[in-house]
Amino acid sequence: MQEHDMSWVRTEMALAQPAPAGVVGFGAWVRKNLIASAGDTILTIVGIALVVMILPQIINWAFIDAVWTGPNRTVCATVAQGGIQPDGWSGACWAFVNAKFGQIMFGTYPVEERWRPILVGILLVVLLLPMLIPSVPRKGLNALLLIVVFPIVSFFLLVGGAFGLEHVETARWGGLLVTLSLSFVAIVVSLPLGIVLALGRRSRMPVVKMLCVIFIEAVRGIPLITVLFMASVMLPLFLPPGVTFDKYLRALIGVSLFAAAYMAEVVRGGLQAIPKGQYEGADSLGLGYWQKMYLIVMPQALKLVIPGIVNTFIGMFKDTSLVTIISMFDLLGIVKQNFSDANWATAQTARSGLIFAAFVFWLFCFGMSRYSMYTERRLDTGHKR
Amino acid sequence: MASQEVLREEPSRASLINDPKVRSIFYQCLVVALLVSGVWWIVHNTIVNLTNLHIASGFAFLRGRAGFDISDTAIAYTSDSTYGRAIIVGLINTLIVAFVGIITATIIGFIVGIGRLSKNWLIQKICTVYVEVFRNIPPLLVIFFWYSGVLAVLPAPRDSINLPFSSFLNQRGFYFPRAIWGDGSWLILVGLLAGIAMAWFVAHKAHQRQMATGQQFPVFWTSLALIIGLPLLAYALSGFPLTFDFPKQSTFNLTGGFVVKPEFLSLYLALSFYTAAFIAEIVRAGIRGVARGQSEATAALGLRAGQALRLVVVPQAMRIVIPPLASQYLNLTKNSSLAIAIGYPDLTATTGTVLNQTGQAVECVVIMMVIYLAISLLTSLLMNWFNAKMALVER
Amino acid sequence: MTRSESAGRIFAGIVRICARRTLPILFAWLANFLTLLAAIQAFAAAGFQTLSNSVIFLDLTGIIAFDAIREWEAARRLRCGFLGMGRNGSCVHTGKVRVYLKNREKGLWVMKHIAIGILGAATLGLMASAASATTLDTVKAKGFIQCGVSTGLAGFSAPDDKGDWQGIDADFCRAVAAAVFGDGTKVKFTPLSAKERFTALQSGEVDILSRNTTWTINRDTALGLNFVGTTYYDGQGFMINAKKLPGVNSALQLSGAAVCVQSGTTTELNLADYFKANKMEYNPVVFEKLEEVNAAYDAGRCDVYTTDQSGLYGIRLTLGSPADHVVLPEIISKEPLGPAVRQGDDQWYHIVKWTYFALLDAEELGITKANVDEMKSSASPEIKRVLGQEADTKIGTDLGVSNDWVVNIVKAVGNYGEMFDRNVGSGSPLKIARGINALWTKGGLQYAPPIR
Repeated sequence: MQEHDMSWVRTEMALAQPAPAGVVGFGAWVRKNLIASAGDTILTIVGIALVVMILPQIINWAFIDAVWTGPNRTVCATVAQGGIQPDGWSGACWAFVNAKFGQIMFGTYPVEERWRPILVGILLVVLLLPMLIPSVPRKGLNALLLIVVFPIVSFFLLVGGAFGLEHVETARWGGLLVTLSLSFVAIVVSLPLGIVLALGRRSRMPVVKMLCVIFIEAVRGIPLITVLFMASVMLPLFLPPGVTFDKYLRALIGVSLFAAAYMAEVVRGGLQAIPKGQYEGADSLGLGYWQKMYLIVMPQALKLVIPGIVNTFIGMFKDTSLVTIISMFDLLGIVKQNFSDANWATAQTARSGLIFAAFVFWLFCFGMSRYSMYTERRLDTGHKR
Repeated sequence: MASQEVLREEPSRASLINDPKVRSIFYQCLVVALLVSGVWWIVHNTIVNLTNLHIASGFAFLRGRAGFDISDTAIAYTSDSTYGRAIIVGLINTLIVAFVGIITATIIGFIVGIGRLSKNWLIQKICTVYVEVFRNIPPLLVIFFWYSGVLAVLPAPRDSINLPFSSFLNQRGFYFPRAIWGDGSWLILVGLLAGIAMAWFVAHKAHQRQMATGQQFPVFWTSLALIIGLPLLAYALSGFPLTFDFPKQSTFNLTGGFVVKPEFLSLYLALSFYTAAFIAEIVRAGIRGVARGQSEATAALGLRAGQALRLVVVPQAMRIVIPPLASQYLNLTKNSSLAIAIGYPDLTATTGTVLNQTGQAVECVVIMMVIYLAISLLTSLLMNWFNAKMALVER
Repeated sequence: MTRSESAGRIFAGIVRICARRTLPILFAWLANFLTLLAAIQAFAAAGFQTLSNSVIFLDLTGIIAFDAIREWEAARRLRCGFLGMGRNGSCVHTGKVRVYLKNREKGLWVMKHIAIGILGAATLGLMASAASATTLDTVKAKGFIQCGVSTGLAGFSAPDDKGDWQGIDADFCRAVAAAVFGDGTKVKFTPLSAKERFTALQSGEVDILSRNTTWTINRDTALGLNFVGTTYYDGQGFMINAKKLPGVNSALQLSGAAVCVQSGTTTELNLADYFKANKMEYNPVVFEKLEEVNAAYDAGRCDVYTTDQSGLYGIRLTLGSPADHVVLPEIISKEPLGPAVRQGDDQWYHIVKWTYFALLDAEELGITKANVDEMKSSASPEIKRVLGQEADTKIGTDLGVSNDWVVNIVKAVGNYGEMFDRNVGSGSPLKIARGINALWTKGGLQYAPPIR
């Protein structure tokens, strides 16, 4: 038995055989992903046809035939329309966006004061970037600067009227400045307000609970336009005679309250997902209500609902575009207002302007959603299905 | 003396101020007091403001003559109608656009959502691009885009695009023949209703038979035959009462026929496409939420792919899908208020015009809010009922 | 224990607590509170137009009152230490200490309620003090006039490239600013849509509504406005694209047309009346904002554009190819456009009204921007009176402005004729003839009562 020949057992690992030619390489990938069955093939052909039909047109229009610079409408109009382009030309009029870029960014903010919003923008980036990158230390200080110091500094910078800065009334603000400042303030205000509302809705005090439920459900049941309408038309009637709010502030209040109601529902979802044992554990440690919420419940609940919170932020960012309906000039509003400029009235102006606005909105929203996915993965400490 | 009295007390009894009940009552009283004083303050201010400005209040204005015209009216309306009727016209327009928008958005959303899970790489990518583009743009922009697109692409009325069945497409809308129902056309409706009722009955019986004996019955084709056949039969019996009013070219526009205005068209398309992107994501999450073992089990049972989807995967996915779907439907309804930006006379637009003509801001905004709230609550109730019906019945 | 005895003990307790602990805490807290309030007020003041009555101030008082209770509790808990925690986390003691503590608690309770009461009363007091001052006072206090204008109508009120508002309506506000402050630049503009304009004026968001608004009885009575006069006599007209619709040269040929119109205007109502009266069909295409109407008309969504005739000329300039469009001859309504103020403030009404009249009188007397300084020493007693050069004149001060108000007005914007020419007349791209807007001496309708 001991003498038996072991030579058929290999002493070293065999090298892996290459995969069969049928499952590797481009051909196999195509077979697997594009033409796996007859139905698949038809779908692929339809898809290719769709792409071939649309994509070259878009690229042609947006890049190849586009006009990038120019002094006025002639560069974007065909000869028949009184321009310089050949008849039948169709391309994006980026020259329009180029010429109106200052307005699209800042509205009618005085030109010589535009360094102020630019400075605020730089400050925001400088403060926000380290906040977003997890490995940068001193998050607490950073958050304090971003949430407390930054709004105050930028308030004085943008509004002026102190420290020798010229006062710029909010009626002159516009463009991306309004869109960003509205959504930033709405985000900063709506999150704490939403948390308070969510806690109120789960409160044991019937009166508080009822009030929170009524507020949340009423706001969620009506469109934002109605809220803005109310803010712009009815709010002045609610105040004592002679007291008025800035229109910008009214829109801000409307958007923030609206967002807070949605935020409250998102936070409530998180609160409900926390097991009862956590609350009881906190109680048994002798923590008070606010300590319990701050130290035990909220950190867990908020982590759970990060995607929901970011979705609400994205929704809010998009919703700020509605203020154009109450004649404020946010990014979309100012782009639309410039369509009526006779200097730039061409067939391509509206399309180019809207696409540019869409691109800016898309960039911000897409960025936010991607960042939220990244955070979600990072904070996901187990319990993955 | 005093200490004796104290000693008689229960030793560990805490003061009233630390009793959670008392405190809770105190806080609630405080909240109510603040709220009442706040509301009183607002009401007081409003009354003072309104009397100072000599603005009438109350809802009597609803009976006044409107004096303005509305472009899209589903019910009879002229400038002689009342303000109240103008608001109702707006409400109906809102409901119409919300209804057709919801249907289209659901269809597109399901197609794209399933497309994102397709094994076909190209289809999957196209669907992903669609979702990522539309999800990240404000709905208002989508509406503007459709509107300017519709106006720019379509020709002037004089060179309308001719479509089959005497339909025309131009900048002023989509024109098609309007059906005029003659005498006896009620029979067709009766036929249709009877067809639906019988189809339902057949389906019920077939299901019972399958449960009892395992034999199947071609329910779909029978139902189709009943639902189409009976009205047709009624149509023939009542002597073909249907005639058509065809659109004709006149000085300015096409006249006659039925017209779908570009405002409606672009609002409807924009809302459908925008909401569809969200519905697609919901559907995708729903289908992925069904455990893989379920579809493997269907394969083991020998069900075909279509059957597996219809009988096993979709019913389970629906339970995950319905609650968020309901909130998307609500969003679509609320977003229809953006119609005001392109001049489609929905509830917000007509009520806004009434507000402007009468100056009664408070009443008009209240009407607007109450109606939207009612729509929202009704939709929520309906979807909750549907959700309860779809919920898994556990033994 | 008699009642007086126990009351005495409680009082003694309160005094002790006040002296030892509560007062310092209270003072420290109060100091914090005041600094906080000052900061909030300063913060709010910059954002609000009226500082003393600002609502945020009131609201915060309420919130802080709510917070105060928590502060009290925290302070109490601190003192309690670990000396024995009761069922509900309260301090539990026995014997005399307990009585003392009980009294102290009662004292605290009383103090707490007093504090709430005081804060509540303060809140209510602030509410009550938010009484209305006259428009002139508030305008003077804030240092500028808030003027409601359109969102952009060439010739009437439209921002130029630098964002400065130009046009006859904008200039009128400058004239009022010149009368009040002696400086025509002390005015700020709020662009308003047709829908917002009346509430904006009613609520005090703007001091004058100078936004090509038609004067009607309904607006004077039911909407609580006071129109001061007619700065521009207008009428509603129609514009069509002559290239697309050759052969149409009268509004009576418009049956079946799609008509673009702005919502919430008298135009919308006149349009309905006109087509109804002439038994014509039409198809309204209604938009909220002027730009949207313009864009839709330019894109060919409708055949006809209707608004005030002056507006049509202005809008035509902004279209892709202005030469293609013609304004039809019919005028279907009277549209006296003028500035309006709120009801219930006669002084302000008079200032705005007489600014308008002063512009007309200046033109009538030949006082222009160029010659106003020379005219001050004119021999004509009438000119001297109007320009406030009479000895001991009280015309201006009686109105509530300085005596040389007319000089300031004319220096700022010129007389009515100059204003007209510069913005809509021969000196502007609109090139609208004076027509019925000429002075009454030249066959027009513009007539002003004398300044004397």
